[in-house]
Amino acid sequence: MIGSPIQTASAAPADDAVVDVRDVHYAVDGRPIFAGLNIRVRRGLITAVMGPSGTGKTTLLRLVTGQLLADRGQVSVFGRDIASLSGSEVYAARRRMGMLFQNGALLTDATVFENVAFPVREHTNLPESLVRMLVLTKLEAVGLRGAAELMPAELSGGMARRVALARAIVMDPEVLLYDEPFVGLDPISLGVILRLIKHMNQALGITSVVVSHDVQELATIADQSYLLSGGSVVASGTPKELAGSDSATVRQFMTGSEEGPVRFHYPAPDYASQLLGVEEG
Amino acid sequence: MSNGARNGMVLEGLRKTGATGIFFFRLLAACGPALARPRLIIAQIYNAGARSLIIIMLSGLFTGMVLGLQGYDLLQRFGSEEALGIAAALSLLKELGPVLTALLFAGRAGTALTSEIGLMKATDQLTAMEVMAVDPMRYVAAPRFLGGLIAMPLLAAIFDIIGLFGAQLVGVQLMGVDRGTFWSQMQGAVGLHDVFEGIVKSLVFGAVLSLIAVNEGYQSEPTAEGVGLATTRTVVASSVLTLLLDYVLTAAFMQ
Repeated sequence: MIGSPIQTASAAPADDAVVDVRDVHYAVDGRPIFAGLNIRVRRGLITAVMGPSGTGKTTLLRLVTGQLLADRGQVSVFGRDIASLSGSEVYAARRRMGMLFQNGALLTDATVFENVAFPVREHTNLPESLVRMLVLTKLEAVGLRGAAELMPAELSGGMARRVALARAIVMDPEVLLYDEPFVGLDPISLGVILRLIKHMNQALGITSVVVSHDVQELATIADQSYLLSGGSVVASGTPKELAGSDSATVRQFMTGSEEGPVRFHYPAPDYASQLLGVEEG
Repeated sequence: MSNGARNGMVLEGLRKTGATGIFFFRLLAACGPALARPRLIIAQIYNAGARSLIIIMLSGLFTGMVLGLQGYDLLQRFGSEEALGIAAALSLLKELGPVLTALLFAGRAGTALTSEIGLMKATDQLTAMEVMAVDPMRYVAAPRFLGGLIAMPLLAAIFDIIGLFGAQLVGVQLMGVDRGTFWSQMQGAVGLHDVFEGIVKSLVFGAVLSLIAVNEGYQSEPTAEGVGLATTRTVVASSVLTLLLDYVLTAAFMQ
């Protein structure tokens, strides 16, 4: 952790933490992804988790949903350690969460309507008229009521993500997890998704965790940000605090500079001698 | 090959066998709840069964016609061409029906199952289900396994019937074997235990091939190349195991 002014925003009472990641260590094939990660997601806020590609942002979401278990440390969701929950308790916790996948992850053999209806049909016995009303309401919220009968293959990337968002909120989750929601979107779709995230948070009171490396977009909506690098949080605070940080790592990331502590180049032998060596060979 | 490499291969083989075994028990556990959702299973019987009908019927017809020709050629050397009905029925019911249906099933339905599940995995659909608190073993794997298991004996039965028609077409219509003799000899010599042998075989093939197809899809690397490789492995493993199990089952029925 760096500079003290940046950390003040995270000093919140423990009981309003919906997701609490404490000193988590996680490695894949002996390669450490997280080494002492601490993140607290407070109820009713939009928490942004930023970091360069490959810092394990998606892995973090999988730890929160209990699809992966930490090697060491604790991931608490709704006040309970997810590693201590039984299979059915994990499923019960997941029912209180929604997740938006990078590519939408829509069921390819079902229409837009059936995709959004899927969790409702699986978890409730509501009559068809109520299912229809619920699904159409959520599709209207993302502006795609007219696309209800389309197949996922007929949707653009931005539309697919909005359908996935409608599906993620159809069960009225308490927490929404967004995995790189801005990647590959045109400016209009991006603006729409940004507004939707803010709207879900403000109008429905959904606690949101947005994992992304789009700093500028996140700065406009996030209440609290964490910057990951090298397996742990290197800075946290409001977007404004991060922007004003004097840490070299934070500044490099916020300004998108090649120069700085985070190396752009993959480790390689000396450039000149390698070029010359190739010519001689 | 060095000792290390050989040990590595043996270990990898054991690891895969163990993983398939564990997957099988998880699959069996998911079958109970899946049975409560017949709509999903019926959709998979349609996918694996009805969509394979054309190739099964065509293959059955030509297999039967070849049996008619070859059987007639062989039997007339001993002057017993009237036994053609028995020869065709026994070959089809006990061997060719279950085995060829299984091989065609592996190529048509098995590959479709593997690539479908592999692509669902590659596009995060399975993960999305898990996050939505829906067990993909129950929703995706078990209905496909049960669908394949139920479709296989039905397809084999259709193969047998069309095959007999083909044998009759060539033997009786073309080669001039007496129609009455053809059918009555068959009726007299083919017992219920012969039919039973065929049904057991196709049930075993249905279970094993569906397990292979679903397992390979489920365990595939979630990339385009990974799904392609898994599909190939499904065909290879299914074909070899079908022939191996056919021998084991035939020997068991001879006891």
